[in-house]
Amino acid sequence: MGDAPTPPGDLGTEADGGVRTYTVRLELVDEPGELLDALTPIAENGGNLMSIHHERGNITPRGHIPVEVDLGCPPDRFDDIVAALRETGINVIQAGAERYGEEISVVLVGHLIETDLSDTLLAIEDETSAAVLDLSLSAPQGTGDTSSARLRLAIDSGRSEAVFDTIRSVSEEKDLTVVEPLLGGDA
Amino acid sequence: MRLAILGAGDVGRSVADLAGEYGHEVVALADSTNAVIDADGIDVEGALQRKRSDEPVGVDDPDDVFDIEYDVLVEATPTTLGDAEPGFSHVERALEADRHVVLANKGPVAERYEEMRALEADSEGSVRFEATVGGAIPALSTVEDCMPENVTAVRGVLNGTANFILTRMAAEGLDYEHVLAEAQDLGVAEADPTFDVDGTDAALKFVILANVLSDGGFALEDASVEGIQNIPGSALNLAAEDGRTIRLIGEATREGVRVGPRLVPENGPLAVTGTRNIIQIETHNAGSLHSSGRGAGGPETATAVLSDVNRLADR
Repeated sequence: MGDAPTPPGDLGTEADGGVRTYTVRLELVDEPGELLDALTPIAENGGNLMSIHHERGNITPRGHIPVEVDLGCPPDRFDDIVAALRETGINVIQAGAERYGEEISVVLVGHLIETDLSDTLLAIEDETSAAVLDLSLSAPQGTGDTSSARLRLAIDSGRSEAVFDTIRSVSEEKDLTVVEPLLGGDA
Repeated sequence: MRLAILGAGDVGRSVADLAGEYGHEVVALADSTNAVIDADGIDVEGALQRKRSDEPVGVDDPDDVFDIEYDVLVEATPTTLGDAEPGFSHVERALEADRHVVLANKGPVAERYEEMRALEADSEGSVRFEATVGGAIPALSTVEDCMPENVTAVRGVLNGTANFILTRMAAEGLDYEHVLAEAQDLGVAEADPTFDVDGTDAALKFVILANVLSDGGFALEDASVEGIQNIPGSALNLAAEDGRTIRLIGEATREGVRVGPRLVPENGPLAVTGTRNIIQIETHNAGSLHSSGRGAGGPETATAVLSDVNRLADR
């Protein structure tokens, strides 16, 4: 019984010996209560706080305060914790081994299926430092007609222009329309 | 000031109609074939009545407008691309006669900015063109008041037709063709909406802004322009899942001009709805300034023309 495979998501069983340590790096606005807001989703999703390094004198390029949190949790809980942090509006710049500067959405329009959507995604990930965090596809006229996809990308700080150059050239080859986010200003 | 108005479309007619209210006098009103000219002031109401009844606006020759005594030439003929004629020649004739020019016509400012400024430098007259960018919105005068060298970028939505279409697509989940037909029924879109939906009209305005920021150097062919014709309703739905929407956004900097459909926060300042326009002026020392309003329409655009006339009168 003790060696039986653990059902995924079952925290009670998994917690016994299945806990690993993770580091998340967050960017917080310098306001009262921000740190508490950032820690609540971790605790509520089964994470065990181990240490918090609040780098108060250190400011990120966007004027925020970097905070490093070490926590323990079962591996299958970690993604939920990161998702919960993002839902709270906390900018997660590093989760586990991956380091992201910013998250950016982009919409692609065209014959996405016929031009091999997974190849498009691979090209974006291979040729840039971006990671595709999630994808939402809409093909109301069927997959043979024009469809739209929204990608949420994690991009290293300061690399968005290079990432968009790649997305533009991949899209041009496949005759896709790119709807880029408007960066800059307070758009 | 004595105004000679070339062009008797919505804007020219509205300028004639409102001039008296702003303390100015109309001494000529001309369309491409006919004119009414009177050095003592024309009968504006009579001329507008004739125009409404599809009669000639007057019995005079439009070419004679340049021979009378006037202070400001109001150039409100249709915008043409390439050589920007006949608008450019009108500006040239007025400046050579040492008169002021107020443009509602985008052509000369977007396509032949340096030539126009060179003519102005040799003239006693000045050129102003607030009405060419964003109708009633004080876009150029705000840039001028901030001083162009302190402005790093100008962004915004400057085409009401494209914005109306995108707004309706997002709100109703409808496709482009459907909403375009509705916009045409409502009179928001022209029978041939190409210039609005392919981004050309917005691009001309951002080329003008780039010219003001850089003191020239840009024409339409220097702009990167994409329209909204390829955007399906599904793209707007996907954008909405993420709290975003799609707008036809223009950007003018000293590096260049870009117009295209872009993702913007649904509740952000640039996500104006319907035919409303917005301009965001990014400055070195004062952050971003926003100004929103009606970017088109006869009386709205005429107010921009008449505030230019007032600025000339105050010199």
